[in-house]
Amino acid sequence: MGIVETKNLVFEYIRRDEEGNVEGITRAVDQVDIDVKQGEFVAVLGHNGSGKSTLAKHINAILYPTEGTVWVDGKDTAKEENLWDVRQKAGMVFQNPDNQIIGQVVEEDVGFGPENLGVPTEEIWQRVEESLRAVGMYEFRRHSPNKLSGGQKQRVSIAGVIAMHPKCIVLDEPTAMLDPNGRREVIRAARALNDVEGITIILITHYMEEIIHANKVFVMDKGKVAMEGTPREIFSRVEELKELRLDVPQVTLLAHELKKSGLKLPDGILTFEELSAALGYGKKK
Amino acid sequence: MLRDITLGQYYQTDSVIHRLDPRVKLMTTICYIISLFIVDNFIGYILAGAFLALVIKLSKVPLKFMVRGMKSIIFLLIIAVIFNLFLTPGEVIFTLWKLRITREGLRQAIFMAIRLVFLIMGSSVMTLTTTPNNLTDGMEKLLGPLKIFKVPVHEIAMMMSIALRFIPILLEETDKIMKAQIARGADFENGNLIKKAKSLVPLLVPLFISAFRRANDLAMAMEARCYRGGEHRTKMKPLVYKKRDWLAYSTVVCYLVCCVVFGKILL
Amino acid sequence: MSIILDHVNHIYEAGTAMEYAALKDICLTIPEGQFIGLIGHTGSGKSTLVQHLNGLIAPTSGSVYYNGADIHDTDYNKKELRSRVGLVFQYPEHQLFEIDVFSDVCFGPKNLGLDKKEVELRAYAALKQVGLEDEYFYQSPFDLSGGQKRRVAIAGVLAMKPEVLILDEPTAGLDPKGRDEILDQIARLREETGMTVILVSHSMEDVAKYVDRIIVMNKGQVKFDGRPREVFRHYKELEEIGLAAPQVTYIMQTLKKNGLDVDTDITTIEEAKNAILKALARQRREPET
Repeated sequence: MGIVETKNLVFEYIRRDEEGNVEGITRAVDQVDIDVKQGEFVAVLGHNGSGKSTLAKHINAILYPTEGTVWVDGKDTAKEENLWDVRQKAGMVFQNPDNQIIGQVVEEDVGFGPENLGVPTEEIWQRVEESLRAVGMYEFRRHSPNKLSGGQKQRVSIAGVIAMHPKCIVLDEPTAMLDPNGRREVIRAARALNDVEGITIILITHYMEEIIHANKVFVMDKGKVAMEGTPREIFSRVEELKELRLDVPQVTLLAHELKKSGLKLPDGILTFEELSAALGYGKKK
Repeated sequence: MLRDITLGQYYQTDSVIHRLDPRVKLMTTICYIISLFIVDNFIGYILAGAFLALVIKLSKVPLKFMVRGMKSIIFLLIIAVIFNLFLTPGEVIFTLWKLRITREGLRQAIFMAIRLVFLIMGSSVMTLTTTPNNLTDGMEKLLGPLKIFKVPVHEIAMMMSIALRFIPILLEETDKIMKAQIARGADFENGNLIKKAKSLVPLLVPLFISAFRRANDLAMAMEARCYRGGEHRTKMKPLVYKKRDWLAYSTVVCYLVCCVVFGKILL
Repeated sequence: MSIILDHVNHIYEAGTAMEYAALKDICLTIPEGQFIGLIGHTGSGKSTLVQHLNGLIAPTSGSVYYNGADIHDTDYNKKELRSRVGLVFQYPEHQLFEIDVFSDVCFGPKNLGLDKKEVELRAYAALKQVGLEDEYFYQSPFDLSGGQKRRVAIAGVLAMKPEVLILDEPTAGLDPKGRDEILDQIARLREETGMTVILVSHSMEDVAKYVDRIIVMNKGQVKFDGRPREVFRHYKELEEIGLAAPQVTYIMQTLKKNGLDVDTDITTIEEAKNAILKALARQRREPET
């Protein structure tokens, strides 16, 4: 069993009218089975409203399954006695950089999680320093979060999660509100944590260029897992992705278009050099 | 526009006063205010003035910052002085048309002015040398005993510090929404009171919605980081009294005793 | 019919320790009917710049002219200016406040003092222009999806019938399909009405397909100004300031470097495809010498 596993996961939002009568039921997550191994970098793709964020919130026990089960590190998230364990093991970074920073000083915010866990004071300081260094924000420890850029704020949020010593971090569209610089910063930080510390990363996003380095990609649509595979496998299915309201990197798209015009090219080209080589120019790998 | 309002007028520098435990500063401020109401002679006020001067000197905060705080109460100060000056009965020393100034009135007016000025300066020393965060921590700890009476002390302190963090964000947001509505032809400046109040709707509705959305997000983020109230919580920066804090407490006690002895009993 | 910025400077918190120059000596002419992409990363001054165009912010020094008149003259009608130069802020759905979509869109024209019939006609036309179906008109704006809310907010500005439409990051937070839909809609709108459109963005890839002119801002100054293909030629310098040319530019540069003789002045996938096919055919005809 992996670090995060779901089986037949179903989640339904119940809409009620003003008197509290049930108006309708929306199935946000529908029969999802995923299995994430310790140390993997997994991406979950999907357009807005595809259910990807709802899925993410189950991993941190913010939402509980209507049907089916979610296990984090072998523990059933629906059981109340596991709640704090689950939340500590699977940290979560949200979309809006402003709405998840609690402290008025960077270091105090990073210390918030460990404080809640009842970590002794001295160890909190150690953890705060380590975490801030891991995301390259140590020199900003005494700054007010309000003065930081979006990318820096998100890195502080990531540090705040690392300080709780999780096994897995779920990033729920961490870059949706950032500019390209900020996006790069955050993705770089997440990849470094995965490579260096071996922390499992589950990245929820709709930016294609962010998933190129993932071990595994799940594409969600209407609450279901519509596609599953390596980035290359996913990108080779250009037409399907378009139907799912998603993009492909321009290089993949160009290769796809060239192929349609009759050139013989392999599927799922991801880099410029690959395309160049496939056209017969430049070195083959 | 609105962003220009500075809140939490903390003055950053390194001084003995800055380093004192916030609880000491809170208690000292309270004691100082009490002392101002105990004393009622010139020696007492000289004592209070000397104490304040010493603290200001030690705090390394330029005097002009204290004086700045005074501007907001100047009106109140003038009213207090006028009332005391003209409305205290006693031995008349000066008559101006129908108004009589008495010896007692003059004395009262001067004392009242000094009292108010000292009071404002004394409390601004506290806010100028203590970060808002530190202040809430201090309050939480000082009010700790109230937990026995089921007062949610930790929660109140947490709310205060979150409010402090979000005030600048919401101010910026107000500014932005205001501009956006002005771009749609809204007018926040002209018209009578009713029209003005009405014109605030396009500003307030989005602002409230945004505040609720933020509150919702923040609550979720806090829960995700295992927040479950004050129980089982440790502190990254626990408040621990140091030698200098006890020293400060003893100084304050000495000062209070002096105030009682010289400012009240002797004369 | 144009906007002219003449040596515009803007300094925030002048005279304090926080002083910082958001705009430095900007001189720009925005002629009628152009489709412009204003690109820069956060803090480059692009948002400050657009707020100068409808007089929300006054320059610290320099002047802004609309149709030849200085908009900061004391007797200039700013309210009218704002109806002519429509500005849609970032996340515009955050300013919706009315009980239903239709009333919200009416807010702008109503502020212009038009009569009720005209207000409603304009609101209706604007909602149609952004492609919102009638069934949503009397719903609460807060019950709509993210993309729909944004359309409503854009309609709120369109209903004032602006001659110039400025959109600050209109695609922020939308998914790829939502982004394409909004941008296509704006392009269509421009074609139909012929109005000047300024698209503020930090993504070259998003705007390259649509605009006639790209203005790149960096540190409060105009770094590049020209047609997309001209600007993308400076892809190395763009990278240095934290921006990037669209991926196609890099693809073509890589191919060229590796020996395929393609045209590198390319901004869209379609052009790239044709250029590559052409180059391949040419090279097949005359094998390497």
